[in-house]
Amino acid sequence: MSSFNEVITSFVEGTPKAEVVSKEKAKRVYKHHEMSLTERLTAMIEKGESKGARNAYTVIAVIMAIVIIGCLIYTVSSLPPFGDPSNPANNEVVKKYIMDGIADTGAINFVAGMILDYRAFDTLGESTVLFIAASAVIILLFRKKTSLEKKVADIEEKIYEDKHDVILRHGALILVPFTLIYGIYVILNGHLSPGGGFSGGTIIGAALILYNLAFGDKSTKKFFNFKVYKVITIVALSFYAISKTYSFYTGANHIHSIIPKGIPGNLISSGLILPLNICVGIVVACTMFGFYSLFDREEI
Amino acid sequence: MIYIQYILVIFLVICALSVCITNNLLVSLIIFTAYSLVMSVIWLFIESPDLAITEAAVGAGITSILFFITLVKVDKMNEGEAKNE
Repeated sequence: MSSFNEVITSFVEGTPKAEVVSKEKAKRVYKHHEMSLTERLTAMIEKGESKGARNAYTVIAVIMAIVIIGCLIYTVSSLPPFGDPSNPANNEVVKKYIMDGIADTGAINFVAGMILDYRAFDTLGESTVLFIAASAVIILLFRKKTSLEKKVADIEEKIYEDKHDVILRHGALILVPFTLIYGIYVILNGHLSPGGGFSGGTIIGAALILYNLAFGDKSTKKFFNFKVYKVITIVALSFYAISKTYSFYTGANHIHSIIPKGIPGNLISSGLILPLNICVGIVVACTMFGFYSLFDREEI
Repeated sequence: MIYIQYILVIFLVICALSVCITNNLLVSLIIFTAYSLVMSVIWLFIESPDLAITEAAVGAGITSILFFITLVKVDKMNEGEAKNE
């Protein structure tokens, strides 16, 4: 890939390829103290001076691994058995959730009721952590392309445009709609069946990635670019924070909330859980696709 | 039913070991994906379908895509084979 880029770069600039490669010039013999630690180590290994040290390293590594494996197995063997009713995890908290869960949250899926109602503050933190991780990746990897790189990308796009894998394209044509619909189903039924915002959002993100791989950059840019990413993510996170602030405020002050719980089991029920699931799903889908896009071509 | 779980756990251990042992990074990545898939089936067996869905989507899907892209970026796709030659 890199050699291909070099050829294209030289083609655009008008310089022959031979001038690009001039690594031989940079080669000179360094003195011992000028080398870094890894270079010294590789030099030692190449010369065969450190055979004893390497053997000692292997022995110590194996001993360490055996000790750690032993510790872990010992700890696991003293854990309580799986599914035992007298386990310490089976306490009054579980009883409270199971007895009052539907009345309190209106969600049939207790897990959704727990993470988006009883402990929604935790989930807000998790979404924020994901958002911060995405921001960190953007800071590290995002950069504006120079005009030369844009030219190279255009030429690459033209070369590869008609040569996208036929199998990939037809497979994606069949798979992407179903994957998208499945992801939306998982998000919308988060309070009724297993799943929820995070898993559904990841499925939608995977569908977007497949679409991007099969149909190229330009067709994805039509509906998803950096601006859309920014707006969607910030609006979703702000909606989450504001709505949860409202429900915490009313809950803490014993004010009657105006958000109806609905009939448990219906699609539109369980108060705030459905919109919050949608928000989390949108943030996660955008973040996953953003990760892929930043890793692949350093832009969204 | 319990025997299927035993087989899955043994397969999981074999996958985890062979991820470390294989020379070729591409092969070890594919084995890692298989590991995630087996893990998601095991989550299903111990009655946590939420985790099964998430493991299948994140572990087998997104993570391996990111790893693949990184491998392409650093040109390490065929490193193990080059060493063997």
